Amino acid sequence: MTQKNDIRWLPGFNWVTLFFFLFLYLPLIILVVFSFNASRSATVWSGFSLEWYVKAFANDDIQRATKNSLIIAVFATVFATTMATMAALALSRNRAVKNKSLFGGVLILPLMVPEIVTAVATLTFFSAIGLSLGLGNIIIAHSVFCIPFAYLPIRARLDGMDESLEAAARDLYSNKWDTLRLITLPLLMPGILSGAMLAFIISLDDFIITLMVAEAGSTTLPIYIYSLVRVGITPEVNAISTVLLGVSVLIVTAAYLVEKKK
Amino acid sequence: MKKITTSVLGLLLGTSAAFANEELFVYNWTDYTAPELITKFEEETGISVTLDTYDSNETLLAKLQSGATGYDIVVPSHNFVEIFISEGLLQPINASTLHGAENLKPDFANPSWDKDNTYTIPWQWGTTSFTVNTDVFDGDINTYDVLFHPSEAVQGKIGMFKSADEVISIAQISLGLPLCNENPADMQKVLDLLKAQKPYVKTYNSDGILERLISGDVAVHQNWNGYSIRARDENPAMHYAFPKEGVIAWADNIAVPKGAPNYDNAIKFIEFLMEPENIAIQSNFAGYSNGISGSEAFMSEKLKTAHELSPPEGTPLVFSKTCSPEAVELQNRVWTALLQ
Amino acid sequence: MTSLRETLRSHLALIPATATITIFMVLPILIILVYSFLAPGDYGGGKPEFSTNAYQRLLFQRDLFDQMVFDPAYLKIAFRSVWIAVVSVVGCLLLGFPVAYYIACQPEERRNIFLLLITIPFWTNLLVRTYCWILVLRDTGLVNVGLMRMGLIDEPLTLLYTEGAVALGLIYTYVPFMVLPIYASLERMDRRLIEAARDLYSNRWVALRYVVIPLAMPGIIAGAILVFIPALGAFIAPDLLGGGKNLMLGSLVQLQFSSARNWPFGSALAMVIMAMVLMCLFFYARSAKKNGGGIKH
Repeated sequence: MTQKNDIRWLPGFNWVTLFFFLFLYLPLIILVVFSFNASRSATVWSGFSLEWYVKAFANDDIQRATKNSLIIAVFATVFATTMATMAALALSRNRAVKNKSLFGGVLILPLMVPEIVTAVATLTFFSAIGLSLGLGNIIIAHSVFCIPFAYLPIRARLDGMDESLEAAARDLYSNKWDTLRLITLPLLMPGILSGAMLAFIISLDDFIITLMVAEAGSTTLPIYIYSLVRVGITPEVNAISTVLLGVSVLIVTAAYLVEKKK
Repeated sequence: MKKITTSVLGLLLGTSAAFANEELFVYNWTDYTAPELITKFEEETGISVTLDTYDSNETLLAKLQSGATGYDIVVPSHNFVEIFISEGLLQPINASTLHGAENLKPDFANPSWDKDNTYTIPWQWGTTSFTVNTDVFDGDINTYDVLFHPSEAVQGKIGMFKSADEVISIAQISLGLPLCNENPADMQKVLDLLKAQKPYVKTYNSDGILERLISGDVAVHQNWNGYSIRARDENPAMHYAFPKEGVIAWADNIAVPKGAPNYDNAIKFIEFLMEPENIAIQSNFAGYSNGISGSEAFMSEKLKTAHELSPPEGTPLVFSKTCSPEAVELQNRVWTALLQ
Repeated sequence: MTSLRETLRSHLALIPATATITIFMVLPILIILVYSFLAPGDYGGGKPEFSTNAYQRLLFQRDLFDQMVFDPAYLKIAFRSVWIAVVSVVGCLLLGFPVAYYIACQPEERRNIFLLLITIPFWTNLLVRTYCWILVLRDTGLVNVGLMRMGLIDEPLTLLYTEGAVALGLIYTYVPFMVLPIYASLERMDRRLIEAARDLYSNRWVALRYVVIPLAMPGIIAGAILVFIPALGAFIAPDLLGGGKNLMLGSLVQLQFSSARNWPFGSALAMVIMAMVLMCLFFYARSAKKNGGGIKH
């Protein structure tokens, strides 16, 4: 942890951070506990059981939904982050671009429309142009609303970055692409990573827009979960959520080990 | 590899029909389709079924209105069937001419929302009233006074649906007013009743009813009958009310949307569902009654004896209606005024 | 000709994002704009006749007896939503800023782990996580049972179905949207700047005020936007944790496209919300320009 003799150290910030992570993980602990519940209720404890994991693994619908969600989130994240990075670079580094605030406004436009409106509008639009690409429809819709979530952290990072390094690099290599590849992008990486992660979780969680633009055979996990309206959430959902959590923890651990090796 | 071989063979023999016939896309409310039912259908016919789900009749309506979406079977509620038909979203199945049509119960053969079963057959039907925790409230539960003139024991422990038409409907019945009322003076009475009730309501929410009842957060909750059975499974004190003023009834129906890619398979599925043995599998799973006579013989003991499924003699069942735009507008104003 | 080609070339990197948004967002919004000037269709959608009813409805309502009267119902709903969204932004900032700063001060590989730790919860569906909060907050929930066991209270506190619970749910949902951009803007913070500030002022908090916060400003603004706008339209936390007893803008718009079957009014509401947000952003951009917009190198 940060040393007290570090000049940047501020008292209390470590406790806030600890509180923050407790706050973030408290519901998850409950979630995991109740995935082992014996009864059908997702909120009243009645004994330990692995029944719901067995059920979740035997449930084709829930698995298909999970797979669809992951595919969509990965593609939408890649598309949105790539486009957002290019746009952010152009807007903050290219002096030839005029009307920057107009372009900036267009980029965060998807944020400003209530989701249900985007959903209905996109559905109407897709059917007007006869777009029918299966999962592709959802990927397009997700890429659109993920752009601002990817763009804002990247832009924030670029605005805070020291341009003198890039200027020096241009003197050294005197090639725009080398500067971009060797200096700007590596410096920008934390912003890109933040943006990509935001885009990913936004896509993974989206319900209304997906529900509206989904075609036959493209049910995603949120649709599956949300439409349990009539009967309530079962521990089966907790079980599949716990499995997903496990997967993400694995990824984090792998990332950590890779990082350490370096 | 096998797939490629078969498709090459298929091309050579010129029988593409074998491929067109092997799929069925079902669009239904989630957890409302018995998995065993689908498996049995797949085994008997060799048709592979893909199930997608939605959360409300309005979603289904909006999606079908936007054009073909590739579904073969949809399940609208009875009060939406007329809308779907008048908007030209369904194609005729002429169910009365299909194999098994003789099994339709009299109430569901030729129902008011679909004459002669031209477009639909019944899937499941049930009632909407409320579940009472009799440990907390021990008075007469078969009256809407439990909800609208709550005794002290349940004040602040009432759960209502978050749905304008379902809440307003029971208020109308308890006041003895017609459903889909277009009379502003009547609707003012409805608003007054609901406003007077609001301080005693803990939450307006149609999700998580079971949890709130079981945990004791609420003592009375507006509920569907099949779902009330599950509450009683967890706590025997949970009783489903059949208010003597009248009980709202509903039916969800199987229909085939226009442009369905596998019409013939959809018809096979519908005929399959009209077999008592098959639809009983669905009832056992979801806990609701169906519209096929003879299915009782195949139902589980639990369902056969469930008081939730048999309204007492003399309690009127009122099927909710397709409201006019004027009535919907009034409902909307009452709802906004209630929750502003 | 050359200038057009030059313009095109310099805008090349902008084209994918703006074209995608223009085609799949601006065009659909135009459809919604058209809807907002139609009369409602009988069963959803719109009737092809021009009408400004949807906009009049925002402030004036025919009462049940068809008299036009001023009706503050929607204004009340709008103020409630804006208020809760502002509370959420402030809450997210107070909680998120120290976290972002703390993470930015960590050694590099640990930073990335922290970031991943923030996103792990989001692999779980929002509805499921919000349900878990119900377990914590309800009368028979963790907090109340805990406090009663400790003998601090006799009666359960009313925590669930309050506006506080809504704010808590929104902060929980959106705080990563605040942490990540602030972190991104602080991450390569030059420690010499702080050293210089410490030499000058010799107080950690003064250095924070005059060096760190200005450096973090782009991130704070980005975070505030990312939190405020979705919070304004949120409906899961208000419904589940607020008990659905009072409508919010999100649920109000939702209602119009579903059971109220009034697409034009829903569209008009959406247009007004967009206009409000755009105006806020516009005034922000103007004041930022006037004040020189943060630190320049």
